[in-house]
Amino acid sequence: MSSVPSAHPLSLNPGEYPPGRRLQRSELAWALAFLAPYLVVFAAFVVYPVGHGLWIGRDPALYAELFADQRYLRTVVNTVLFVGLGVNLMMFAAVLLSGLFVRREWWVRALLAVYLTCWALPAVPAFVSFHWMLIGEQGLVNGLLRELFGVEGPIWFNDRWLALGCNIIAYVWKWMPFWTVVFVAGRMAIPQEIYEAAAVDGATGARRFLHVVFPILANLYLVCTLLATLWTVGDFNTTYLVSIGAPARSSEVLATLGFHYAFDAAQPALGIAATMSALPILVPVALVLMRRLQAGGVQL
Amino acid sequence: MSVAVADVQAGRQGATVSPLSAARGRQARRVRRWKAVGAGAIAVLLLIWTLVPLYNIFMVSLESKGDVFTNTIWPDQPSLNSFWIVITEGYWYLEHFWEQFANSVYIGVGTVFFTLAIGSLASFAIGRMRVRYGWLLSNAALMTYVIPASFLAIPFYRIMQIYGLTDNLWSVIAAEVTFATPYAIFIFHQYGVSIPIELDEAARIDGASPGQVYWKIYLPLMAPALVAVGTYALLLAWNEYLYQFLLLSSKESMSVPVALAQFFNSDEAPWNYMMATAIVYSIPPVAIYYAFRRRMSAGLTMGGVKG
Repeated sequence: MSSVPSAHPLSLNPGEYPPGRRLQRSELAWALAFLAPYLVVFAAFVVYPVGHGLWIGRDPALYAELFADQRYLRTVVNTVLFVGLGVNLMMFAAVLLSGLFVRREWWVRALLAVYLTCWALPAVPAFVSFHWMLIGEQGLVNGLLRELFGVEGPIWFNDRWLALGCNIIAYVWKWMPFWTVVFVAGRMAIPQEIYEAAAVDGATGARRFLHVVFPILANLYLVCTLLATLWTVGDFNTTYLVSIGAPARSSEVLATLGFHYAFDAAQPALGIAATMSALPILVPVALVLMRRLQAGGVQL
Repeated sequence: MSVAVADVQAGRQGATVSPLSAARGRQARRVRRWKAVGAGAIAVLLLIWTLVPLYNIFMVSLESKGDVFTNTIWPDQPSLNSFWIVITEGYWYLEHFWEQFANSVYIGVGTVFFTLAIGSLASFAIGRMRVRYGWLLSNAALMTYVIPASFLAIPFYRIMQIYGLTDNLWSVIAAEVTFATPYAIFIFHQYGVSIPIELDEAARIDGASPGQVYWKIYLPLMAPALVAVGTYALLLAWNEYLYQFLLLSSKESMSVPVALAQFFNSDEAPWNYMMATAIVYSIPPVAIYYAFRRRMSAGLTMGGVKG
């Protein structure tokens, strides 16, 4: 009987990896066979495209051309606003709302089920609905404004800032339920004794949130915000389907601008350069996030 | 706690307690009532916020005419005609609707199967067999997880041309699997830590091969994580638009979201048909969500779902 390496009782935090070990030949063959499918996918669909993209976008002249383009600079401002406002509003509202959803009443649970429909609804139908709801005089929003308040609403997609605002609202609508549920889970994990101890010390209501709940959730909040930032920077659907970049491509974000350069203007290199210009910000965020995920033992 | 105790005492003893604690009890009750009112108000606002866009889809889909709306809050003559048109493919934009729906299902099922298979095999080798440098691979995987998928779209499109997979459903499945697998590995790994490694070792001593350990011990014990990741992968494929749009061009190979967005190309697009199509397309994920709600919220708390 071949000796199996002695079993160390592994006590790992989630996200921590066990120490590697030297495998015997037959085991090694099995392990390689198990890893092979992922290695193939990783090489063919991650390493190759990333390398190809870097290679196409390697020319510094591309970036000079990019920074000379007025539209690119405007898009960067839009992206910063879209991500900065969208993510922060969404995360802050989600963490506050999670306080409502930890209540156990039947109507709270029913509300949560309805609220999560936004998340279960596919993105394209959701954003198409937003587009149609906001379009000119015929849209539902302006119809409601007229009927309920007698106010003539603006033409939302005729103004860059309004259009950008509409995109942000639609994005928050679609993804806030998801983050709310993550924070609900985070709050559920807080032991009841901590609340009781805080209540003895007189911390209730807003003070409890500020001095007890939030410090405990802080690490989770940071990780989620970083993750949401990365995903929001890459969000294509919202801008492409809600405002369609209107008016006159002035509410574009980097993800849609890169797409337009590549497929409408037939300048794929410029499109790649546009998306790659976000890397100096994305990579540090990703690195901090990965360290947090692995060291902090945050169970997302 | 002290508040709660004072409250209970005040309630039980009624008028016989000292005036001071009775006043405190009254105050606590008032605070609680205000809290309930506040929660109710937030709930109503949240309900409106959630339902308005949903209501809008239904309202437009019930319009009997596609282009001219006389009343923007409620259709004059609500009719289910547009659903009938969608189901019977009775409009030229919709002539391949069921074929496209089948394509979406095909992409979804393929994505789920390959994500689960590739992810569980890799996480078994890394987490259970403890391959050397396995952590390196899972870090690399995690790095893919945080790269925005849309930023890889242009090179990915080029690569698919090189592989000769344009206008092929498998190119989309490859893309979705690429972006779903890192998450799967991450979750399987976290979940697998809770399963004692001694089980694997005992089976190995009894003569089971690693393949048998994987199939007979690892997979059955991982069932909850498999369900959670499987639903995640399905929703990812159902939500995704950019890659499907780029990689599928002919009407026969298109998926439903691509066909939906095509309505935007025409000025006289019948919006009611478009919304009816959107509703039919939304039924599977929403139904799955309501059917698996409990298990999915368990899965959600295990991991973030990529947008």
